Amino acid sequence: MSDMALDVGALSKRFTLHLRGGVSFPVLEDAALVLRPGECVALTGPSGAGKSTLMRCIAGNYGADSGHIRLRHRGAMVDLVTADARLMREIRAESLGHVSQFLRVIPRVPALEVVAEPLRLRGVPRAEAEAQAAALLARLNLPERLHGLPPATFSGGEQQRVNIARGFVAHYPLMLLDEPTASLDPANREVVIALIAEAKARGAAILGIFHDSEVRARVADRLHEVRPLEDAA
Amino acid sequence: MSPILEGQNLALRFVAVRALDDVSLALWPGEVVAIVGESGSGKSTLLRVLAGLAAPQAGRVLYHDADGAAQDVHALREAERRTLMRRDWGFVHQNARDGLRMGVSAGGNIGERLMAAGGRHYGNIRTAAAEWMARVEMDPARMDEAPRNFSGGMQQRLQIARCLVTRPRLVFMDEPTGGLDVSVQARLLDLIRSLVAELGLAVLFVTHDIAAARLLAHRIVVMRHGRIVEEGLADRVLDDPQHPYTQLLVASVLAA
Repeated sequence: MSDMALDVGALSKRFTLHLRGGVSFPVLEDAALVLRPGECVALTGPSGAGKSTLMRCIAGNYGADSGHIRLRHRGAMVDLVTADARLMREIRAESLGHVSQFLRVIPRVPALEVVAEPLRLRGVPRAEAEAQAAALLARLNLPERLHGLPPATFSGGEQQRVNIARGFVAHYPLMLLDEPTASLDPANREVVIALIAEAKARGAAILGIFHDSEVRARVADRLHEVRPLEDAA
Repeated sequence: MSPILEGQNLALRFVAVRALDDVSLALWPGEVVAIVGESGSGKSTLLRVLAGLAAPQAGRVLYHDADGAAQDVHALREAERRTLMRRDWGFVHQNARDGLRMGVSAGGNIGERLMAAGGRHYGNIRTAAAEWMARVEMDPARMDEAPRNFSGGMQQRLQIARCLVTRPRLVFMDEPTGGLDVSVQARLLDLIRSLVAELGLAVLFVTHDIAAARLLAHRIVVMRHGRIVEEGLADRVLDDPQHPYTQLLVASVLAA
């Protein structure tokens, strides 16, 4: 038990659409998954099977109905299913990194500040946080002239690199990656693969959705299939 | 750690309408909480009651000051409450005219708060006022101009400077970006976000702008008919709303 980075069990999630006459449908039933430090697990399964829903439940973005999602936080295993908003915010700052598919930020904030923010939240002084952010953006080949501009004006690939830098700048023991290489060119894809390898080497557990089968084959230690509920039943 | 502000079982009735119906809400140090809901949901009434501007008919509001002492806000004497509001709290009104003194210069509006908080040295006060004008992206060279010479967005920034110059621990905001152009709103949101993070403020704000709530708030409280129908992590309330009313609210927004 002590060497688990993530322990998901008996997890259920159902959506109820009150504006559609209360129609209700389950997406996850009795889902289970364990991650150990230093390993990368790729979620597989057809689209609509619930990969993203599972990932969003772990990220705290969706609330699970029942079951548990335990992860290591401040030296103890903490259950996210019952965590309140304040604890969830603390966990996100310290223990759980998330690279979502799309970057959502305040319109005017420069890319460098967006990337430095996770470090600032941990109390790293501005100059040092921004130096680390700049180094990571440079490694992801984002030209320095863009660092001071808000990402809203960037191309899709540039925005994704900002998002990746934001996810990797602070070192979390558990990271969630949702399609991190989707709109990247081969050179930047290699950088992301290297970042994942480095994170694993320092003991981070990584859960990812990778549609790019070559990337998946290179970073994942094992696959975890999420099956649509009809098939699973 | 204890909450900085606690509303406990608040109730307030206007003739036939329940403006607040047994509402409890806690705000923690450094936390930014948005109260959302349609007009008449009771969100502004809740803000006013928590900020000590309107008295509840039942329930109480506790403020935990910097020394850790709990103060029953509505049981304080008027003079004590005013001192508290001047020293520890700030209130940003939707209409900058309600928060500014229109007959006093821009710099005077900022300096006045400092003097009320005990500042006496004219030169220092003027320097602080100039610094704060720059901080809210206004030209300090214009500090002797009257507020009416400035645009709506600038007046709002001036109000924020007036409010924050005394370094309050807790700030209330009523629709801070309401009535402003969209481009001005983004600028103001960015400014509020960076000041809040820098100063470690606790903020409670009312808004009907769901996108603003998502970007600024750590936590969202949804009100309807004087009750809290849902609350939680900002992105979860908006991406996985549970209550029918929250689902309607989120579905009615173009892109939040």
